[in-house]
Amino acid sequence: MNDALGEPQSVLVLGGTSEIALATVRAFPRGRLRRVVLAARPSNHRDAAVASLTAAGVSGVVAVDFDAIDTAGHGAFVDSVFDSGDVDVVLLAFGVLGDQLAAEADPELAVQVATTNYTGAVSVGLHVARRLRTQGHGTLVVFSSVAGDRARRSNFIYGSTKAGLDAFAQGLGDALHGTGASVLVVRPGFVRTRMTAGMPEAPMTVEASAVATIVVASLRKGRETVYAPGPLRFVMAALKTLPRPVFRRMPR
Amino acid sequence: MESPLSLTKDDRLLTGWGRTNPSLGRMHRCADAADVQRAVLAAGPRGVLARGLGRSYGDAAQSGGGTILDLQALDGITFDAAAGTVTAGAGASLDAVMRAVVPQGAFVPVTPGTRMITVGGAIGADVHGKNHHVDGTFGAHVQRLTLVDGSGELRELTPDGPSASQFWATVGGMGLTGAVVEATFDMIPVTSSLMSVDTRRVRDLDEAMAHMAADDAQHRYTVAWIDSVSASGRGIITSGDHAPVEQLSAQQRESALAFAPKALATAPPVFPSGLLNTLTIRAFNEAWFRRAPKERVDELQSIGAFFHPLDGVQEWNRVYGPRGFLQYQFVVPDAAGHVVRTALDRLRSTGAPSFLTVLKRFGPANPAPLSFPQPGWTLAADVPAGIDGLGAALDELDELVSSVGGRLYLAKDSRQSPQMFARTHPRLHEWQQVRDALDPRGVFTSDLARRLSI
Repeated sequence: MNDALGEPQSVLVLGGTSEIALATVRAFPRGRLRRVVLAARPSNHRDAAVASLTAAGVSGVVAVDFDAIDTAGHGAFVDSVFDSGDVDVVLLAFGVLGDQLAAEADPELAVQVATTNYTGAVSVGLHVARRLRTQGHGTLVVFSSVAGDRARRSNFIYGSTKAGLDAFAQGLGDALHGTGASVLVVRPGFVRTRMTAGMPEAPMTVEASAVATIVVASLRKGRETVYAPGPLRFVMAALKTLPRPVFRRMPR
Repeated sequence: MESPLSLTKDDRLLTGWGRTNPSLGRMHRCADAADVQRAVLAAGPRGVLARGLGRSYGDAAQSGGGTILDLQALDGITFDAAAGTVTAGAGASLDAVMRAVVPQGAFVPVTPGTRMITVGGAIGADVHGKNHHVDGTFGAHVQRLTLVDGSGELRELTPDGPSASQFWATVGGMGLTGAVVEATFDMIPVTSSLMSVDTRRVRDLDEAMAHMAADDAQHRYTVAWIDSVSASGRGIITSGDHAPVEQLSAQQRESALAFAPKALATAPPVFPSGLLNTLTIRAFNEAWFRRAPKERVDELQSIGAFFHPLDGVQEWNRVYGPRGFLQYQFVVPDAAGHVVRTALDRLRSTGAPSFLTVLKRFGPANPAPLSFPQPGWTLAADVPAGIDGLGAALDELDELVSSVGGRLYLAKDSRQSPQMFARTHPRLHEWQQVRDALDPRGVFTSDLARRLSI
């Protein structure tokens, strides 16, 4: 159970190797966390995530097998996690960036990005929502992206999956309104992680820990949508008003 | 097609009085004890829990996804004047008991700072009042109770005899041993409905504590309000007794036992967060302190004014705004009275202003394993939930309270850790064994029980 100050006792991370999600787990007060389930495909990254959280003093960290694109298995997977105890916060943090130019040449690569980022998220998100609704409390945190606010030439495949995911998450939040369960949509900008390693940094680039701080504060305040960093809200609002001929010519 | 996400008509988003951390429960109105039994037998995987008037501050009377038993229909009140007892349904409020019985010359044995609580809740939380040092808790005055246990069986429990362990596990058991459906408890005979009250300003916390320690036995009821914003911890001690009819004027004697208080106002639904801040509370506290006389004895006050000043404003809990508030209440042994000062200092340095800060000295504990009161000092402070650093400050105070053998009041708690709870309740295991026998399937549960792994 969350306490009155919004500190969770149990967290499920979908995409259990996501650096932003792991930083978020670290940003919760450790004394309250009793169960942290890192859901991901087996990998060295997953083993390392368990080890590093445990070494950081987080208790009850376990890894479980989860594949975002195996939608047929999502129902049983989510049930097994919730059947062994309430889950206060679910971080939906899996996603792939993909290679935009390669995907333009081979649409099958684009399908993989779409299936992971959108289809997989819709599937597991609905299963999680069903169980949060049943337990009468809990928050699903969906990591969207500013890339979904307006798709750019340079990564519109990824951007379109995040646009779809963002719309889905907002609608799901509305569906859950008043049920005790809720959805927090997080729209990070450029975050320094494995996913963005080697890419030229955008203005207002932040570390994963900065996003984590914002996520934890937003959970505490019961917010529904948040940009990370916060001022990106205004940048994106401005970018969305640009006429397409201008937006198209913008660098990157 | 019905969506699994949609609300149904009996779903209610519930919080405690502090309005923090809501969860959704399915309300189930019970007409009688047999209804309660049926509801227990029909319990789903999220269990059942009885909820009274929702005056516990935290998550004690809510259970996410569970069936919430509304026992308001179990509101019968029978006064046995010869025995001096009342037999009441669990859903009867102390307000209703007083309205029914005060005019007949009897007063409830214990009342907390609100009379808007149910008999079932008074037993579950084993509530205390300003007379704890003389009379103990509410549970100590219960002669018998009827419980629907986790198997749906009706059980008759008494404080002595073969059912004593189940009785005392239910007293202070926060509704987790079953649902109380009826109880018989002692009343206090009174000859008027007025209180004879002494009021005294104290310059600082030391004076307050010294005075209370020395003077406790002089009055049946005593409590101190502390100005939490002032560094000295100045305050006002009020002590009282039921006024004998002889103390009343001729005119007052005509309606010596009248009791029909009215709520004066309802707080409007919208208050901004942060309305209660250090500045506004400093102003309130200054006025409150100045309003009290330096010393006054034998002033006649109504029951409402003396015991339940906040019941005059319905839904006053809204003033803390949408983030809600919590009440931090601990007890520490006499020898650790210094913790009271430390706690006030820590709350002040955190910028957690409290306008309801109450200090009280407890008498002996009762046999209930989870009952809160134990001999020593208890401090209760209301603080807005949205303050930065509040969690860390209260965690520190938890450590201090537990290190001196104190503990927190479950009816107020909304944030202690399961470790803190287990450490400060050495008889938890004993209680759990009795609870497991009463509720082997674990049907009775609450958000508080889940949070504390009870």
